[in-house]
Amino acid sequence: MLSPINLVSLVKKRQFFIMLFLLQYEWNRNEKFFFQAAIAYAMSIHLKQEFSVSDVLVCNETPRVSFWFVVTSPANPLLLIDKANVEMAVRKSRNRINSALLLSDTTMEFVGAMPTLAAPVIPATPPWLIVFGVVIGLTAAGIVFLLVSTVVQKKRKKNQKADEEDDDEEERVKTVENGSRSDGVYNASFSDDEPNTQM
Amino acid sequence: MGESKDSVAEERPKWDNKVQYLLTCIGFAVGIGNVWRFPYLCQIYGGGAFLIPYLIALVFEGLPLLYLELAIGQRLRKSSIGVWTSISPMLGGVGIASMVVSFLVAMFYNTIIAWVLWYFFNSFQNPLPWSQCPLNESKTAYNTECEKSTPVNYFWYRETLNITPDIESSGSLQWWMVLCLATAWSVIYICFIKGMESFGKAVYVTATFPYLVLTIFLIRGLTLPGATDGLVYLFTPDWEILKNPQVWLDAATQIFFSLSVAFGGLISFSSYNAERNDCERDALVVGITNSATSLYASIPIFSILGFKATTAFNNCRQENILTLTNHFDISDQNITLENYDKWFNYLNLTHPGDMSTLPLKVCDLQNFLDQSASGTGLAFIIFTEAVLEMPGSQAWAILFFVMLFSLGLSSMFGNIEGVITPLRELKLVPKWVPHEVLSGIVCLLSFLIGLIFTLGSGNYWVEVFNGYVGSVPLLIVAFFEIIGVIYVHGMKKFSEDIYFMTGRKPNIYWKACWMVISPTMLLVVLIAYVAIQATKYPTYPAWNPDYELFPETEMKPYPDWVFGIIVLLIVMPVISIPLVGLYNLICCGIKKSSVKASPNPYNNEAFEIETEEQKKQRV
Repeated sequence: MLSPINLVSLVKKRQFFIMLFLLQYEWNRNEKFFFQAAIAYAMSIHLKQEFSVSDVLVCNETPRVSFWFVVTSPANPLLLIDKANVEMAVRKSRNRINSALLLSDTTMEFVGAMPTLAAPVIPATPPWLIVFGVVIGLTAAGIVFLLVSTVVQKKRKKNQKADEEDDDEEERVKTVENGSRSDGVYNASFSDDEPNTQM
Repeated sequence: MGESKDSVAEERPKWDNKVQYLLTCIGFAVGIGNVWRFPYLCQIYGGGAFLIPYLIALVFEGLPLLYLELAIGQRLRKSSIGVWTSISPMLGGVGIASMVVSFLVAMFYNTIIAWVLWYFFNSFQNPLPWSQCPLNESKTAYNTECEKSTPVNYFWYRETLNITPDIESSGSLQWWMVLCLATAWSVIYICFIKGMESFGKAVYVTATFPYLVLTIFLIRGLTLPGATDGLVYLFTPDWEILKNPQVWLDAATQIFFSLSVAFGGLISFSSYNAERNDCERDALVVGITNSATSLYASIPIFSILGFKATTAFNNCRQENILTLTNHFDISDQNITLENYDKWFNYLNLTHPGDMSTLPLKVCDLQNFLDQSASGTGLAFIIFTEAVLEMPGSQAWAILFFVMLFSLGLSSMFGNIEGVITPLRELKLVPKWVPHEVLSGIVCLLSFLIGLIFTLGSGNYWVEVFNGYVGSVPLLIVAFFEIIGVIYVHGMKKFSEDIYFMTGRKPNIYWKACWMVISPTMLLVVLIAYVAIQATKYPTYPAWNPDYELFPETEMKPYPDWVFGIIVLLIVMPVISIPLVGLYNLICCGIKKSSVKASPNPYNNEAFEIETEEQKKQRV
């Protein structure tokens, strides 16, 4: 049979000291109930047993808002769950407990528990590569478009020039070969003089 | 004569309109330095008092030099090499020096733009990557290097630069930096692909967008808590500081480098103007806008820095409150930021023993405000940290980095212009090479050489280039520019040129500045600058995680071979000035006869006499 002193030390070994800070609400019985429910939820997930709110015992509350709590087994109310299991449960569901109480890792401290390091989410492709891909894609497309349009314009100019040169040559050729009245402006004064020169 | 003049004018590109020209010049002058160098100088040199040496330097050194460059470029209608060769073949080296400096500066400046792009790419995530430390390999704790310094420092030194402990260990190419540098050069290429046709359009956006963002930041910054503390800190004048000669030196150098004179880019830009254009007004507009932008930018910067200091101060006190609350079991939220001081004094009186054992931090707002930085430290460490505290961090980070990108891009246009157009005039490049290919080659070459800056030691090399290439050679080139125009070309001829372009001769202020004040100031600044650099052996701050005082940077001296490279970087651009002079002396005989023999196509003596007579007739 366990002596009272042993019982106390046993309980103390399994107790968790918790400190809350910068609460956005007043700490009262309802909030305490919410906390107990959150811990019961964490324990249920971790040990895969059904814990209820009455299995989480809170004691020694101070207005600092700090208290001790222990968790009893649902099957046997006299059996206390050991610290390691409680710690694991809390670590697993720390995120949910934090958001339930509107607190964070810095404002709710489980004294003696290893701090859970919120591992930063590493997505499959680094997001910066995606943005880089978009920017370089647009730039490359722009460069290709401008280069191609310049080449096309130059080709067009060459063709135009070739056409113009051909036209010039044809015109010159025409005036040399034909020299007919239809290409020039008829000078009427010459024809007026004709009757007068018949002397 | 008239016909051939027309054909020459057709070949030379022209600005679409005056606004485009002014925006390009303003964009070239207004760069990243206006945002991250001027506010810092204001801060360390006694706030409002710094404006006095700054404005004096602007009036007596900056504006005359600017007017000189714009006028000579517009009159002689050639880029830097052509202009100096026209004035005298002996001065051709000045143009070559400008070109080399532009090229070297373009390389390291684009690396800074690559860093800005990297931060821009990384701003599209939630949470921002510089807000938290990554875990170490065993996932049991945070990365030690990050823990000892801050997440922001870690992101800059480790994840961006992956910096080596000193300049001698080069490390390897950082592939992500190579990608960012490639992106930066690709954007430059696409803006320069058709020369003035393309960058002339781009400049409408790149030159105006920063003002929009600065205004947005101004409004946001002024509404942040603690903004007034930052502004008061910035503008409180400390008149004693004016007795320190270093202040005057820094003001003169700041104005000089801020206006981007001596790069050759401004000469090129003004050579595309119409012949009769009021370049005096242009110079005043560009110069005053540049300084006004610096002032305008310092207001949002310092509002945000004030906000950052206040937040850090509050966080510091909040930590102390937590320690006190835990220790003394005080009810939650009994101690607040408002009554912290009262509680602190009360607890000191009642429990002095306990209080001395507690690890309480000393929280001093002035300390936080004193944390100043310029350059990359301001943009990538201090500002990114401030942005984390602002609601909607991603949007502010994106806006900020796009603004920096825009500022840098418009300055790069001037740099690249100062490289490409002189290359054409040197006739090194055959005429059949189209502009697209030439700018592509220049961009590719700069990218390949610029890969040096993507090594692990890249940041140290950027500092070397920034400190030595972008300083002494420019001062020397500017000095020769002003001597060349005023004394070799002649003040009389130059006055006639200006009369031809603007319709009025330069007044006594300009003449006095050009002939006496500006050259003297330049010479004094140059000598003082070299003297100060020469007195102490150059050192650089190294980020060494194994340093005992880490996270402070370790001041290391440059090794000898780096020192040799520094000397080479300073000498290489300016060596062309005496070399070309000597070459012309040797191959063309005696200096004076050769100068008078070669007729200056733009200055016919007869025309000069005519205009004088016409003027007398008019009077």
